[in-house]
Amino acid sequence: MAARRGANLGKWLVSGPPLLYLVVFFAIPTLIMVLASFRTPGEFGGLAPLVEDGKLDLNLDSYARLLSDAVYVQIFIKSVWYALLTTLFCLLLAYPLSLLIAQSARRHRDLLLLLVILPFWSNFLIRVYAWMIILGPNAALARTVNSVLAWFGHEPVPLLFSSFAVLVCLVYVHLPFMVLPLYANLEKHDLALLDAAQDLGANAWQRFWRITFPLSLPGVYAGAALVFIPALGIFAIPDILGGPEDSLIGNVIKQQFLETRDWPFGSVLSIVLTVAALLLAGLAAWFGRRNLGARQTNA
Amino acid sequence: MRRRTVALWAAAVAGYAFLYIPLVIVVVYSFNNSRLNAEWVGFTLDWYDKLFHDQEMLEAAANSLGIALVVSAVSTVLGTMAGVAMYRYKTRLLSVLVLTPIAIPEILMGVSLLIFFVLLNFTPSVVTVALSHIAFCIGFVAIVVRARLAGMDESLTEAARDCGATPLQAFRYVTLPLIMPGVIAGALMAFTLSIDDFVITFFTSGAGTVTLPLQIYSMIKIAVTPEVNAVSTLLMLLTLALIVVASRLTPTLLRSD
Repeated sequence: MAARRGANLGKWLVSGPPLLYLVVFFAIPTLIMVLASFRTPGEFGGLAPLVEDGKLDLNLDSYARLLSDAVYVQIFIKSVWYALLTTLFCLLLAYPLSLLIAQSARRHRDLLLLLVILPFWSNFLIRVYAWMIILGPNAALARTVNSVLAWFGHEPVPLLFSSFAVLVCLVYVHLPFMVLPLYANLEKHDLALLDAAQDLGANAWQRFWRITFPLSLPGVYAGAALVFIPALGIFAIPDILGGPEDSLIGNVIKQQFLETRDWPFGSVLSIVLTVAALLLAGLAAWFGRRNLGARQTNA
Repeated sequence: MRRRTVALWAAAVAGYAFLYIPLVIVVVYSFNNSRLNAEWVGFTLDWYDKLFHDQEMLEAAANSLGIALVVSAVSTVLGTMAGVAMYRYKTRLLSVLVLTPIAIPEILMGVSLLIFFVLLNFTPSVVTVALSHIAFCIGFVAIVVRARLAGMDESLTEAARDCGATPLQAFRYVTLPLIMPGVIAGALMAFTLSIDDFVITFFTSGAGTVTLPLQIYSMIKIAVTPEVNAVSTLLMLLTLALIVVASRLTPTLLRSD
């Protein structure tokens, strides 16, 4: 009994402090925000008093506003679209890279993988800034593109402050999130399957589409979730590289909190964003697991 | 087969080029003797000289370093405790609270902490920034420490207990030395995450507090100047050094398996 109590005491002594910290600085702020989404905005920004004339002031006004205002629904759709495109392009770039690393000699793998992760550790804003330089109007790329366009008799196009700049940078920033789970999956493949397929007469393309790719789907779904969630909530990239048309949901949230100071509406947008991100990522994870399960029962 | 290998290599080289060319350009232009980041004119160290005389930038750097040191120290202690607790005991609530901040969009944590601090009448400052950073760094430290614990022989701790060590002694003299590389790697990770953080800092810092990423943000919102390249280069060097140290300490940290 005493030992049992000792173990319990130990558990609380070890888990207590981090638990307390995360309750105070993560769980409570999140709950306050959820509550704020049902409150009325204050006259000078922030929140109106919770209790007014002895009545609790909780309502669904801000949620109704989100659904009734087409602008916000459109921005949500645009954000999901950008995040999906980012996920797709990350997948297209990451697949050959991960396949190469998984197929290279064991002693090279760690280094090749490290080379993918390393840029990810440099400051996020530096990586955004790098694209400002590359796509800048005076840089070699813009001049080349525009001289080619001029040759075809086309008006010059700005590369910077455009949807193109936003998408390129979104892909650039999130690429490692796709490579890591893909590699982790591809590395575990049983190469004997490919040999067997070859013996049965499958060509390289068939071997890829009918063996490697289906087997890698759990990795694809995991990578898609890891790219999609952060890409959906981004605000700095459209802010720095985008034009006025490229405002995404993250930018609207930032605006609600720092400029308009409509906290209830900002909270609603943040909650809907998080729920959408987690729902879509959860869906991806579920697909991945179901796929894996189906394969295992077939085998 | 050969043609396929060549195609794969070509695609992968393109992938690596895509990852590295932007960063190389930032570094190269930090030594460029021209205000425009467009063409190579000649070598200079002027931008670094300018950087070291930029009072705002120096203040931002001091803030960032100070915050990162405190965040790294506190989140290493709390994160190690969380990692140990998650490994040894069934702690569902703790696991959820440790892992969710990593899984949700960063902006959610930023705005919820903003509301929280304002409602509590906390004036935004380096303190609110550090408190917020600790909240998301704990999880990263906990994951590294738990991974390290999973790779160690738990019977060693039991042996120490059988030999009469108190739980604290067993932890201090057996478990802690064994998981130390993981703990140090976690500390370095927390330091890097804190010094690099932009989104959460942006919402919790208020108008008066600058950190390096905030300073870089406000500079590039106004204009592209090679001084940003210089500070970026130094920041990349610092991060690189920390990563090298961290990977030396825990060879498995950067490994996929």
